[in-house]
Amino acid sequence: MLKDITIGQHYPTGSAIHKMDPRIKIIITFLYIVSLFVVNNFVGYIYVIAFLLSAILISKVPITYILKGLKPLMILIGITFMINIFMTAGEVIFRLGPFTVTEEGLYQAIFMALRLIFLVMGTSLLTLTTSPIALTDGIEHILNPFKRIGVPAHELAMMMTIALRFIPTLLEETDKIMKAQIARGADFESGNLISRAKGLVPLLVPLFISSFRRADELAMAMEARCYRGGENRTRMKELKTQGKDYFALSIGTLLIAALIVNRIWF
Amino acid sequence: MEKMIKVQGVTFLYESNDQGDVVKALKDININVEKGEFVTIIGHNGSGKSTLAKHINALLKPSEGDVWVKGMNTKEDEETWNIRQTAGMVFQNPDNQIVATIVEEDVAFGPENLGVPSAEIRVRVEEALKTVGMLEFRDKGPHLLSGGQKQRIAIAGVIAMKPDCIVLDEPTAMLDPSGRKDVIDTIKKLNREENITVVNITHFMEEAVTADRVIVMEDGDIVLEGSPREVFSQVAKLKALGLDVPQVTDLAFELRKEGIQLPEDILTVDEMVMQLCQLK
Repeated sequence: MLKDITIGQHYPTGSAIHKMDPRIKIIITFLYIVSLFVVNNFVGYIYVIAFLLSAILISKVPITYILKGLKPLMILIGITFMINIFMTAGEVIFRLGPFTVTEEGLYQAIFMALRLIFLVMGTSLLTLTTSPIALTDGIEHILNPFKRIGVPAHELAMMMTIALRFIPTLLEETDKIMKAQIARGADFESGNLISRAKGLVPLLVPLFISSFRRADELAMAMEARCYRGGENRTRMKELKTQGKDYFALSIGTLLIAALIVNRIWF
Repeated sequence: MEKMIKVQGVTFLYESNDQGDVVKALKDININVEKGEFVTIIGHNGSGKSTLAKHINALLKPSEGDVWVKGMNTKEDEETWNIRQTAGMVFQNPDNQIVATIVEEDVAFGPENLGVPSAEIRVRVEEALKTVGMLEFRDKGPHLLSGGQKQRIAIAGVIAMKPDCIVLDEPTAMLDPSGRKDVIDTIKKLNREENITVVNITHFMEEAVTADRVIVMEDGDIVLEGSPREVFSQVAKLKALGLDVPQVTDLAFELRKEGIQLPEDILTVDEMVMQLCQLK
């Protein structure tokens, strides 16, 4: 059960996209998200699909793997689809009891569902092609200019790194505590939702206590290794932006420009 | 010659609970550690040995007295980072001292904090991983390693900061015997080949046998101090403190009680064999 959690899932294939500067990848993903909201007709989606498909092909991540990532969001997409199809006023196509389906509603529903699907596919491509460390590094660098207005860029990145570092450790510990409590007669699997939630107490309390102890010890170990925040800190791996990164960035810019033009003209 | 570590009349008090009860964790401790020395501190839980270790790294500051590391007083705040760079520290739980998600990134954490240039960090990380024999694991996630391997990574993380001294606070307490051996071998190698001063705090008497000097702590006080031979020859006193002695020493002690003529200071199996073979 615990093995199914795949936060920050990374699918290494060593493709050109994997090797890109994470900062550029984050910026392009951002441009991509913005362009999805610029689109206001189906013609615009042709550009988006072309961009997304070529990115997926270059990344060598199997498209079925990306589509699998949509599964947990199917409910959300379904609800959005329903709301749009039934709630939009306009020319009625047919009635279904108290519900009416309009032409505009149908159009809007398909349009919105596609937008969500493209959004999830595009952003998951970012995490699939970027290792968590590269991602945190990229975020830190991108947020750096905002330090002056009080954005704790380094602290945020450090928090993410530590969180990622401790996911496997805490999962292992959860598993251990669970087994220990089961051996003492705890029941995590039967009963209704409320009794199951109550059953989690003997799991969560020890887990919380040990997490605090770990945090305490980690903080001391970090201090012992001269950690004093982001000031004057250097990095072993420095990020480098190469020619192909700028090329990719210009394509991303081109996409958003094309979509703006498309929106104004059509 | 300047002492590596000089602990002078150190007393440490802390409040043990909300009622303000004060506990004396260290009572007027005096210790000198020479450069290149290998010192082992043994004692019970709560004997104050961990508290002492944290004083050497300036994680704790003495209530009374002074701690000097390579001539720097831990009470002076501006020296704190130099002291921590000079006297690296390895803790008991290998999981709770690894910061990064990749082995080499973790080893780089210390030098990164010191502001070492990126190219130099790479060199140091590689050297440190080579020294502890973990170079082949550089790209792995720490959660995939065994306890002993994690502890060696923690040691590499300290060496990468180029310390003169390493303080290890029960580094082998949570390890299996083979992991324990790997870690101890690594520490000995560092002491021998890199001439790094080592202060090793431990529960295991076998680790103390090969030290240059053994310090026995009890209830915040130093009760015995000397070469392993001097310390472990006092079997009765150690036993009275509830501490073990190395198995072979214990055996010799029991045999002597039975009237067999053996010297008091047998520490290793080889010595025991030598002595037993010479018996008439």
